[in-house]
Amino acid sequence: MSDPITRPGVTAPRSGGERGDGVSERNIGLLGERKKARLEELARSTADKGGVSLVRDAVRRLRRNPVAIVGAIIVGLFILVAIFAPLIAPHDPVQRFPELTKDLTVDNIPGSQSGFPLGSDPLGRDFASRLIHGSRQTLFVGVLATVIGLGLGVLIGAIAGAFGGWVDQALMRVTDVMLALPSLLLAITLVAMASRSTQWTVIFAVAIVNVPIFARLLRGSMLAQRESDHVLAARALGVKERNIVLRHMLPNSMTAVIVQATLTFAVAILDAAALSFLGLGDPDINRAEWGLMLGVDGQRYFEVRPELAYYPALAIIVVALGFTLLGEAMREAIDPKNRR
Amino acid sequence: MLRVIVRRLLQLVVTLMALSALIFIWLRNLPGGPVEALLGERATPERRVLLTKALGYDQPILVQYGKFMQKVVSGDFGNSIRTGDPVTEVLSRAFPATIELAAAAMIIAVGLGVPLGYLAARHRGRILDNLTIAGTLLGISIPIFFLGYLLKDGFTQNIHWFPPSGRLTTGIDNTTVTGFFVLDGLLTREFDVTADALWHLILPAVTLATIPLAVIVRITRASVLDVLNEDYVRTAEAKGLRHRTIRGRHILRNALLPVVTTIGLQTGALLSGAVLTEKVYNWGGLGTLITDSISGGRDYPVLQAIILLAALVFVVVNLLVDLSYAFIDPRVRVR
Repeated sequence: MSDPITRPGVTAPRSGGERGDGVSERNIGLLGERKKARLEELARSTADKGGVSLVRDAVRRLRRNPVAIVGAIIVGLFILVAIFAPLIAPHDPVQRFPELTKDLTVDNIPGSQSGFPLGSDPLGRDFASRLIHGSRQTLFVGVLATVIGLGLGVLIGAIAGAFGGWVDQALMRVTDVMLALPSLLLAITLVAMASRSTQWTVIFAVAIVNVPIFARLLRGSMLAQRESDHVLAARALGVKERNIVLRHMLPNSMTAVIVQATLTFAVAILDAAALSFLGLGDPDINRAEWGLMLGVDGQRYFEVRPELAYYPALAIIVVALGFTLLGEAMREAIDPKNRR
Repeated sequence: MLRVIVRRLLQLVVTLMALSALIFIWLRNLPGGPVEALLGERATPERRVLLTKALGYDQPILVQYGKFMQKVVSGDFGNSIRTGDPVTEVLSRAFPATIELAAAAMIIAVGLGVPLGYLAARHRGRILDNLTIAGTLLGISIPIFFLGYLLKDGFTQNIHWFPPSGRLTTGIDNTTVTGFFVLDGLLTREFDVTADALWHLILPAVTLATIPLAVIVRITRASVLDVLNEDYVRTAEAKGLRHRTIRGRHILRNALLPVVTTIGLQTGALLSGAVLTEKVYNWGGLGTLITDSISGGRDYPVLQAIILLAALVFVVVNLLVDLSYAFIDPRVRVR
């Protein structure tokens, strides 16, 4: 789980049509036309063999895999609900309704009644609408945390993998420090460093936890590619080092990173929920986010009305499961061991 | 081998030093500064100056860091802001509780996980396998504090099989030797203490075990499947060895190598999970301490000590696992 999927075999090139691109003038002059053509042929043939067909192969296998389909359906529905939340939800998620606040006390939170299918939340707001709107915030927190973690991780990993040597060593020691703390403890530390929590401290903390994972993943994959044939061919052609990294090595390492990102999303929303549970979450009482609903109200009123915990928990479980299924199926699909 | 150990140990020291420096810088840059964190916002300027001097915050930063490290190495982390007790004392009370919980969880996870993963692999594609996989996926997708509440609600409210919180029934007379209550009971022959401690331990341990259990099952299953296809297994079968011998010597023994690594990595999941589990069951270990240190005004001396301790445990365990790997797997040893 630590140094995950760094599979050298996955690193198939996909730089099909960029013939002669980035080849410096001088080198062309030195090489005979025939030699040049042969080298290009070599670069292209290694590219074609892995590249397009690997992705196509993986997609084909994904579409046949019921696990992937279930995962994709869950993820798709989740995103649709998030986009169309205002149209689906019967009420405004932050409005307090007199019908609901009428009998509302700490020990009595009204349940289902006409117009309010899931009853009230502790503040007299429509629980069902909050749940539906919660998909938006959850998607927002999950995506942002994943994207920030991925972005920083890819940056560190790419620099380490591209330069190697002492740069690599220095950056890997930085990731060591980040990995020296178990994930949730690191997140707690980061949140505790900020004087008070906001939605952004949560997103940031959850994101940082994943930075070393992405960094190591990408670095490993890029280092493996340094030795591979398509990089060698590109280098022989005289492609600039910068272009080798940006056009050949980086794109070919991204498959593994995208798979990891899918799995990270599930972890991110679970971590965000955990932070809320520990009282380190977003303090905005109007914000409807599943982790927040489960971690704060769900915890506080578990004895009075456990539904306040059950529904957001169920939503989190289903969505986390969806992303995990999809991610695992993708990981399996790009595994060269399963290629035919 | 020795070179590897020395190199890894050096790396470990560097990592921990860097972490301690970061924490030191963090504490120095608290909003309002550490003095305000100690005195509160409404302290008089005179008192602030006095405390700044007393704590040495008027000295150059490198001198301060040197002093800080000197104290840390000798085990002095200062006093808790909340209670005024020495941090070391607070930690030494909480640490065994967490270790006891984590160890119990690990025993459950390994004890159940390895056989389950093995069985799932043997029955690949059949109902037992599918159920197991579905279970593990659910296990890693459920927020464990929610699972904790479910179990607590299910087994302590209507059917009183287990106590809802704490480590011992109040009023029970126990002698503390090691701080591990189960062990203490055995050592002092107060077997009622052992029984009571175990009874309190079960639900939290099961809660905490879910994620490691799920991961161990999956790794074991995948690993056994890999080994089943190895040539030496076919050879063993062709030689006509008994199935039990093949299973034990050829399959399980080789399949367990990746599992050992996983167990080490799960220490992290256990420490993270302990924070959540302990809050649910009011366990009184490091997790409870973290939660209390954050919510009741941030108790920085305690927090930094816990962070360093957790990092130390995590890093050392992983180092030990890596090294043990070399001893278990001859292929690694040769290199």
